[in-house]
Amino acid sequence: MNENNTKSIWKVIGASSMGTLIEWYDFFIFGSLSIVISTKFFPAENPTAAFLSTLATFAAGFVVRPFGALFFGRLGDIIGRKYTFMVTLMLMGGATFLIGCIPSYESIGFWAPLLVLILRLLQGLALGGEYGGAATYVAEHAPLGQRGYWTSWIQTTATFGLFISLVVILLTKGFLSESQFDSWGWRVPFLLSLVMVYVSYLIRKKMKESPEFSKAKAEGKTSTNPLKESFGNRYNLKFVLLALFGAAMGQGVVWYTGQFYSMSFMKTVMHLQSDQADTILGIALLLGTPFFVVFGWLSDKIGRKWIMLGGMLLAVLTYRPIYESMYQLSNAEQKVKVNETTEVPSGTQTTEIISTTKTQYEDQTEVTRTSMIHQSGKLKGQPMTKTTVHLAGKNYMLLVLLIFIQVIYITMVYGPIAAFLVELFPVKIRYTSMSLPYHVGNGIFGGLLPAVSTYLTTNAEASNTPQFYLAGLWYPIIIAMVCFIIGSIYINNKSTPATHE
Amino acid sequence: MNNLKKFLGILWIVLALFTAYFSIFELALPKISTGHQEDLVFGIIILCILTPIISIGLGLFGYYSLLGEYDQNKM
Repeated sequence: MNENNTKSIWKVIGASSMGTLIEWYDFFIFGSLSIVISTKFFPAENPTAAFLSTLATFAAGFVVRPFGALFFGRLGDIIGRKYTFMVTLMLMGGATFLIGCIPSYESIGFWAPLLVLILRLLQGLALGGEYGGAATYVAEHAPLGQRGYWTSWIQTTATFGLFISLVVILLTKGFLSESQFDSWGWRVPFLLSLVMVYVSYLIRKKMKESPEFSKAKAEGKTSTNPLKESFGNRYNLKFVLLALFGAAMGQGVVWYTGQFYSMSFMKTVMHLQSDQADTILGIALLLGTPFFVVFGWLSDKIGRKWIMLGGMLLAVLTYRPIYESMYQLSNAEQKVKVNETTEVPSGTQTTEIISTTKTQYEDQTEVTRTSMIHQSGKLKGQPMTKTTVHLAGKNYMLLVLLIFIQVIYITMVYGPIAAFLVELFPVKIRYTSMSLPYHVGNGIFGGLLPAVSTYLTTNAEASNTPQFYLAGLWYPIIIAMVCFIIGSIYINNKSTPATHE
Repeated sequence: MNNLKKFLGILWIVLALFTAYFSIFELALPKISTGHQEDLVFGIIILCILTPIISIGLGLFGYYSLLGEYDQNKM
């Protein structure tokens, strides 16, 4: 590849990645702020119900992604990749900005959660159309034999988008007091999106249509009905199913376990301080992100199949020991106590704090137990204890390492998958055909992981199952295992099906 | 390898049927009938989204596999 071509493809990568990164950022701030959102937009009498309602809204955002893939994929295969993902970018930015503008449940009642739900659905639709367009656009600019490397830059955007969302939230929290953030500060990350989307729009506007699509269009070889050709044709449908059950399904659960289940586990099972959990995940994501490119590049050399399946197999075999080790890092029963102090602070609006006990352990772990009495709602008069763990020293580093290992699995399954999906389908129906399995795998199998795993863990805890905290892992382990078996037997380690060449 | 793929096609169809039964009768319907909001949401997601995709999709994948659509010469 000469210097001009290299410069040109870097421009393509830059413009595509910037927009996709912002879309992921938009999508993730909702999840990262789900706890504060649940208190603002859903009735607060029952915190669990409010939180589950948010999870349901979260799931709704994921469930509509396949519909976005179909709608925008069809447009992208008919009118072109560039214009379609411009529309998705504007739709996503507008919806995110508006979520930041909605008055709380206390101000407008039922309209608040309803509007949030509608905007969340629009976000899901936009994301469903964006990713396939960006991946296809970059792949169609990349030279043959280097698609894994070039598309892997797009693959970094999802993880980096989550990282940016965590950084923006942490910075906003850092600049504001706790009460300011709770009152209006949480809206800042949503409102910021408008500026970022506008910048990205200006960059993308200058881009040209993909060469492969332009050529197909000039020769009259584009599809008039991509949906029918993608899913009504047995030859193509079998590849859609193979892409879903042999790759995307396993990739989806590994991705969500490493990035979201791990965060939820640190906060709700290990009881880590929220900011500390976010920071640990942020460090692991930052350290792991370059490996998307490494595995994308490697997939050009040795094939995509075994890198993706290797990531899944490692996840299946090591998730339980990894999460057991994570749990033990915060398990006070295994630690040697060195100091304990008890204070009696003042009360708050909804709960009265009876006492706060801080216990320090030999390994520098600090556990804060706050005993309270509920002052309102259904639990009025009931006692409760809130536990917060703060790790330091060796345990902190070990937890970063355990999360980093999971991020490496993500980079293995996710780094090569855009190139794998693009190469599985012909140009004229590529956008539609690759988007659907990707978003069903990620949006549905992966996106529902927090809800399903929380349910499994809660059930196991209620039935006093030993190691109940590992029960939620059965969902990703089983899905990834089935995907590994299907992928290893049915997928060729060859980039393009013979009949597409 | 082609015979193995065809044989596994039967397994995927059986797994699709088992998943449908388990998802509907063991997971979704008992949850929906409890009347609790969180169980209702979970039950509906399982019944209307996960079950059709896993069962119909995996069943179709198994059927194509059984027919030899994934044989080496057709890939």
